[in-house]
Amino acid sequence: MIAILIRDMALAIRAGGGFGLGLAFFLIVTVLVPFGVGPESGVLREIAPGILWVGALLACLLSLDRIFALDYEDGSLDLLATAPVPLEGVVVMKAVAHWVTTGLPLVLAAPVLGVLLNLESGGFTWLVVSLLLGTPALSMIGAFGAALTVGLKRGGLLLSLLVLPLYVPTLIFGALAVTRGAQGMATATPLLMLAGITFACLALLPFAAAAAIRVNLR
Amino acid sequence: MDLRVTDLACARGGVPVLEGVSFALSGGHALFLRGPNGIGKTTLLRTLAGLQPALAGEISVPPDSMAYAAHADGLKATLSVAENLRFWARVFGTRGIGHALERFNLVDLADRQAQNLSAGQKRRLGLARLLVTGRPIWVLDEPTVSLDVDSVHLFGQAVREHLEEGGSALIATHIDLGFLAEELELTPFKAAPRDLEDFDEAFA
Repeated sequence: MIAILIRDMALAIRAGGGFGLGLAFFLIVTVLVPFGVGPESGVLREIAPGILWVGALLACLLSLDRIFALDYEDGSLDLLATAPVPLEGVVVMKAVAHWVTTGLPLVLAAPVLGVLLNLESGGFTWLVVSLLLGTPALSMIGAFGAALTVGLKRGGLLLSLLVLPLYVPTLIFGALAVTRGAQGMATATPLLMLAGITFACLALLPFAAAAAIRVNLR
Repeated sequence: MDLRVTDLACARGGVPVLEGVSFALSGGHALFLRGPNGIGKTTLLRTLAGLQPALAGEISVPPDSMAYAAHADGLKATLSVAENLRFWARVFGTRGIGHALERFNLVDLADRQAQNLSAGQKRRLGLARLLVTGRPIWVLDEPTVSLDVDSVHLFGQAVREHLEEGGSALIATHIDLGFLAEELELTPFKAAPRDLEDFDEAFA
């Protein structure tokens, strides 16, 4: 199963693999927002946690349809389904590969981009912590959505519509943790909720996603 | 290592295509599936490979013994020939891709990216994957598409060697592969047209 992780990461990094797509999008959003909102630092400071989390979420969304669609098109998903690895394991490995190539770069870039949005200095730690806890859930939910829409031509729109409502809890608690952290309040509750969502996703969704793939391969 | 199929019926897109298919395949033997386009050769092979459920009938096969090769080769364009093969070797838990590369005359191409291969070379790489799976029963769907005469010969040899080692092969093909084997004509098993009662369109 590690072989799948290594292959997916290698594919993402090579030409046309989509690595950096999410990161570039995140960068563009956070650079453009100050221009749109205006230079008042007070307003920016207030909306920074929300903008950073929405930006990260949309950046994650961009590369979701690649998770299974490419493997479906070239036939390797059929072959993986007949290989001696459980499909659930394939789903987890693909979600992990997506997180490493999309989620992790966002986590690392977020503090730098926080400066552009005049994020309160107390918020930086919580921004990184909340993204680190929350983005794995985004990748896992995304893999589930991608599994549901695999085999559909141009399934990207349907995928976004399916996945966005499922992203809302993560967004709410993630942004809340950063806002509270920036204002010097306790962040334990939103962070615990965030961790709970992530672990629940990791525990349940691989089975749902594998079942969806089995149905879609028929 | 026997594959035994009794009274199998299978459907494609909710429409039954074959019914009452029965055959047995034991180690050291090959079986050619014949029949016109659309008769259901691919559907039958996908059903055997476990990718779709059978409508009726029984498939008895030892677990983890089948290697399936479809129309699509499952190659990654930006990985090299050796990387593509090594990936499948790791997934199937086998070692060494040297034999497979040699067998299908791919040694000189080992470092070339799959996107720069010709159609026939891609097919050879897809077939070389069978050797690294280390599985005894090969289930092949028109394996010789886009192969030239020499490559067909190469493939025929690889299958014969596989049979001599006690493996077996179920091959849907229209051409002569250069060795004799039993043939199964699928036309008599064509399902009578009818609507499925419990057909759930959303999950077809």
